[in-house]
Amino acid sequence: MSGSGGGRHILSILVENRFGELCRVVGLFSGRGYNIDSLCVAPTADPAFSRIILTTGGSDAIMEQILKQVGKLVRVLEVVDLNEVQHVEREMVLLIVSTRTPAERQEVLNLAGVFRAKVIDISTDAITVETTGSQEKVDALLGLLSPLGIRDLVRTGPVAIPRIGAAREAPGAAASLVVPEAESAV
Amino acid sequence: MAPMNEPNRMKAAPIAEAAPAPRPAPAVPASTTPAAPAAEVETRGAAILIESLLREGVSTIFGYPGGAILHVYDELARARDRITHVLVRHEQGAVHAAEGYARSTGQVGVVLVTSGPGATNCVTGLTNALMDSTPIVCITGQVPTHLIGNDAFQEADVVGITRPCTKYNYLVKDVRDLARVVKEAFFLARTGRPGPVVIDLPKDVTAAKTRFVYPETVSLPSYRAAGRGDPRLVRRAVGMMVAAERPVLYVGGGIVNAGAAAELLELSERLNLPVTPTLMGLGGFPSAHPLCLGMLGMHGTYAANMGVTHADLLIALGSRFDDRVTGRLKDFAPDAQVIHVDVDPSSINKNRAVEVGIVGDARLVLRQMLDCLDREVRLEGPPPRVTWWGTLRAWAAQHPYRYRRRRGVIMPQAVIEELHRLTRGEAIVTADVGQHQMWVAQYYGFKRPRQWLNSGGLGTMGYGFPAAIGAAKAHPDRTVVCVTGDGSFQMCIQEMATAVQEKVNVKVVVINNNYLGMVRQWQELFYSRTYSEVGLEWLPDFVRLAEAYHATGLRASKPEELRPVLEKGLSAPGLVVMDMIVSQEESVYPMVPAGASLREMVLDPPDDPSEEPEPRDLA
Repeated sequence: MSGSGGGRHILSILVENRFGELCRVVGLFSGRGYNIDSLCVAPTADPAFSRIILTTGGSDAIMEQILKQVGKLVRVLEVVDLNEVQHVEREMVLLIVSTRTPAERQEVLNLAGVFRAKVIDISTDAITVETTGSQEKVDALLGLLSPLGIRDLVRTGPVAIPRIGAAREAPGAAASLVVPEAESAV
Repeated sequence: MAPMNEPNRMKAAPIAEAAPAPRPAPAVPASTTPAAPAAEVETRGAAILIESLLREGVSTIFGYPGGAILHVYDELARARDRITHVLVRHEQGAVHAAEGYARSTGQVGVVLVTSGPGATNCVTGLTNALMDSTPIVCITGQVPTHLIGNDAFQEADVVGITRPCTKYNYLVKDVRDLARVVKEAFFLARTGRPGPVVIDLPKDVTAAKTRFVYPETVSLPSYRAAGRGDPRLVRRAVGMMVAAERPVLYVGGGIVNAGAAAELLELSERLNLPVTPTLMGLGGFPSAHPLCLGMLGMHGTYAANMGVTHADLLIALGSRFDDRVTGRLKDFAPDAQVIHVDVDPSSINKNRAVEVGIVGDARLVLRQMLDCLDREVRLEGPPPRVTWWGTLRAWAAQHPYRYRRRRGVIMPQAVIEELHRLTRGEAIVTADVGQHQMWVAQYYGFKRPRQWLNSGGLGTMGYGFPAAIGAAKAHPDRTVVCVTGDGSFQMCIQEMATAVQEKVNVKVVVINNNYLGMVRQWQELFYSRTYSEVGLEWLPDFVRLAEAYHATGLRASKPEELRPVLEKGLSAPGLVVMDMIVSQEESVYPMVPAGASLREMVLDPPDDPSEEPEPRDLA
């Protein structure tokens, strides 16, 4: 799941919402030896399309290839490297922390308060916490809770969206993928 | 994901099919035929498929029947007067034959097979077509939709298996989608960078009925086939080409696919540009033309390889910096700025970072370049580049392709030279993979596009013979020669039955050295002659085998027999197999060892007069 090197990139891929298309995107990564660190997929406001947010990594040359290869897929409408665009990013985590003593329980509740995390389930010896934020924030909370004993953990991986108005003037990779004059080849 | 929602917005205009189908619609109006798709009548899926193929101008299909595709074969029997079916003897042969048909004509090759093994046997051919950008539509039968996923008899996950080896693939679950899918499949196969498209067709869909309406246009909002290039980049490229002192044009299969040979010739002549074609580009530029340096790469000419190594400007047209062309990448054209024109954006900057990358159709971009020369540059005449041409000519004169003749033995290169003479360089020539393929590339001297069919990207032994059958079906009046090896021929040798049944004029020239020659050559050079499993000790008698298939078999084993056997074989009707017993341990030179730079090419074999074994007794 790691070892991509060359820095993390978040790609936002708009694909027609059809049977098998996610497989095509994912298969392209495995077939060409690229890595997927995280993956989120769901239909857009228009159910005819799905948005895939995935994180990957690689040198500039590899990133260029990834963007071009994904862009080439027949049912992909758009692929944007969000590193090239001002964007906001969130990840959601659900985790179960062991709380063997009332003091530990209080400690978890305090930390959850500081991080604006929510308690969504509780029992005599554990608390389930939900938190949302940047990867850094999530990592920080995990660092503080792990001494108590994290029993289980689910992360969505990042989802991200361009800042309002940012996508349009986005330079770099996204823009360079536009084929100058689209027409059917003769 | 939700099934089959039609997108109705995003991105501006859907791509409308610009040109009508390459062939005229069938002469018989569809409404008067028994399978008649009249407006109110419902038509079964199998008939919709056949009618749709006819609308796409398909006249020939290569295939093999089976359970899941029976409805379609039933319908095919009713359409015999309008569509020819070539019954192959193995589905791999069907795809290769369709590739030969497609590459020799520029039209989409069509394959029809059954589910399960029928479909999986196509995988090699599909991968081959993807690597060499050949337009194929392959229709595979599938078990009925209610059995999909049940491990039913002859079930295979064909869309899963073929996803990475096709340009696109479809599973048709509703007969109402079928006509649209066929239309899209042909559009995808032939536009942009051409490639294979699979349509997986469950048996119940071929039985189900609906009203047949063939769509006029294709709506694929997310698909963009590149057309003209960015005019600013074209202008910049032209400026660089005019100014360069040591330019080389490096042209690949894209020239052939785009039908850009005439434009390429005009540009090279007007700018006095040396041209080196890749293996796939042979024929895209006439090899006897004074501007032609010959092929480049692993077994390319000295002039071509030194030319690109010393060039100050490399113009790559429809070529993709394949490792067999470049050798060690960091030493490839080290002093050159690079202009790269390709229909596939992902080919640009993939292996070599370029100064100018133009995404576009090769013919349209070349046309733009020529227009730019006319309107903006207005040269007095071609730039002379006297010093550069002097150097190139000297390289070409110093080290042309050459080989040593050995007494009493047929040299494989001599077979190709003689073949060129007897066919006046006009034949359609297919090759399999190995030494013989390289000798054809070096010695045949191709004149025009679509004359040379070989498996360049995937290197598929077994391609050549069925491809020749496909080409011969498309060109019944031309000489079609398959040059093959004693190893390669046996990979699809069962297609002799197909060739005889179809009465095609295919002439097979077996370069028989009793070895898997190219592997033997590598073991000789890089494994100190440890010959491991390369000797084909129990070859069939190809002459008697041909006769067993009701074809003509001939053999030449001495140099004086070569010409008469070729003359007789080329003029005999139908399938002829000419078994050429050649020098056993001849190697292909020049050669750039794998991973070395082009300037490290080895020109001649090491001297070793003790080598040649006696000609064998073949009785």
